[in-house]
Amino acid sequence: METETGIFDESALVAKAREGDAAAYSELVHRYSRKIYRLAKHITQNDEDAEDVLQETFLKGFEHLGDFHGQSKFYTWIVRIAVNESLMKLRKRKADRTVPLDEPLDTGEDTVVREIAVWDEDPEQQYSREELGNILDEAVQSLRPVFRTVFVLRDIEELSTEETAEALGISVPAVKSRLLRARLQLREKLTRFFKRKGDDVFAYL
Amino acid sequence: MLTCKEFLQELNDYLDDVVDVQLRNRIEAHITECPNCFVILDTTKRTIQVYKGMQPQTLPEDVHARLIRAVERKLSGRKPSVG
Repeated sequence: METETGIFDESALVAKAREGDAAAYSELVHRYSRKIYRLAKHITQNDEDAEDVLQETFLKGFEHLGDFHGQSKFYTWIVRIAVNESLMKLRKRKADRTVPLDEPLDTGEDTVVREIAVWDEDPEQQYSREELGNILDEAVQSLRPVFRTVFVLRDIEELSTEETAEALGISVPAVKSRLLRARLQLREKLTRFFKRKGDDVFAYL
Repeated sequence: MLTCKEFLQELNDYLDDVVDVQLRNRIEAHITECPNCFVILDTTKRTIQVYKGMQPQTLPEDVHARLIRAVERKLSGRKPSVG
C-alpha cells in the first residue's frame, strides 16, 4: 500500500513507518525537523552540534520506532531522543564538563530577584529583529544547561510540564522549580535591555 | 495576605494559569498592594511572551538536504525493529 504524505493522521503515519514505510517516516521527519533543529540549537548553542543532533535523532528514532507504543505523542517521544542527544553533546564539550546536568538544585530558596524595574511599553520596538534575536539568544545561552533545557522545552517548544518531565526524565516538581529559576533569571537579563529609560532601578525598593 | 516569598513560589503556576480561584485572588490582592511583585509579575510574563513571539529558527537548506540524505540512506537499508 502506498503512503501519500499528508493523508494519514499522525498515529497512522507512525504505524506505517513502523512497518518500514519510508514515505511515512519521511513525512514525520518533514513535520518535525525544523522544531528538532531549533531545540537542538537552543540546548547545544552550536550549529554543528545541532546538525549532528538533528540527524542522530531521526536515525535513532527510526531504529527505535518499535519501542514507541503511542502512549505519548510522537513529538514528545522524538523530543526526548533529541534532548538526550543534545545533552550528550554538551557533556562531551570540555567547557561544560564542570557543569553536571543532574546536579542537585535547591527548590527556590535562592530565587533572588535583584533588579526590579518597569519595562518600556513596547521595548522590542527599539531593536531590530536581528538585535532582538541576539539579545534573546544570549540571555538563554547564559543560563546553565539544567535551567536552559527546561525553559526551551516549556516556553519555546511549548511542551506541557508533564511532557517536559517525561522528555527530561525528571519529576514534575523539578520541572517547575527549574522553570521558575530560568524565567526569573531571563527576566533579570532582559530587564537590563528593556527597562524604561530614566527610571531609577531602585525606585520601588 | 501572601508574603513576597510566597508570591514568588506561586508565580509560575499563576503565569501558567493552573492556580485555583482562591489562590488567584490572594495573588491578585498581593500585587495590588506590592508594587515590586507587580513589576516582577509583569516583566516575567512579558519575558515569556517575547520568547514565544520569537521568529522560528529556520532550518538551513544544506542542513535539511543532509538530513534527508542521511534518513534516506537509513530507510533504504532496513526496517525498524518492531517490538
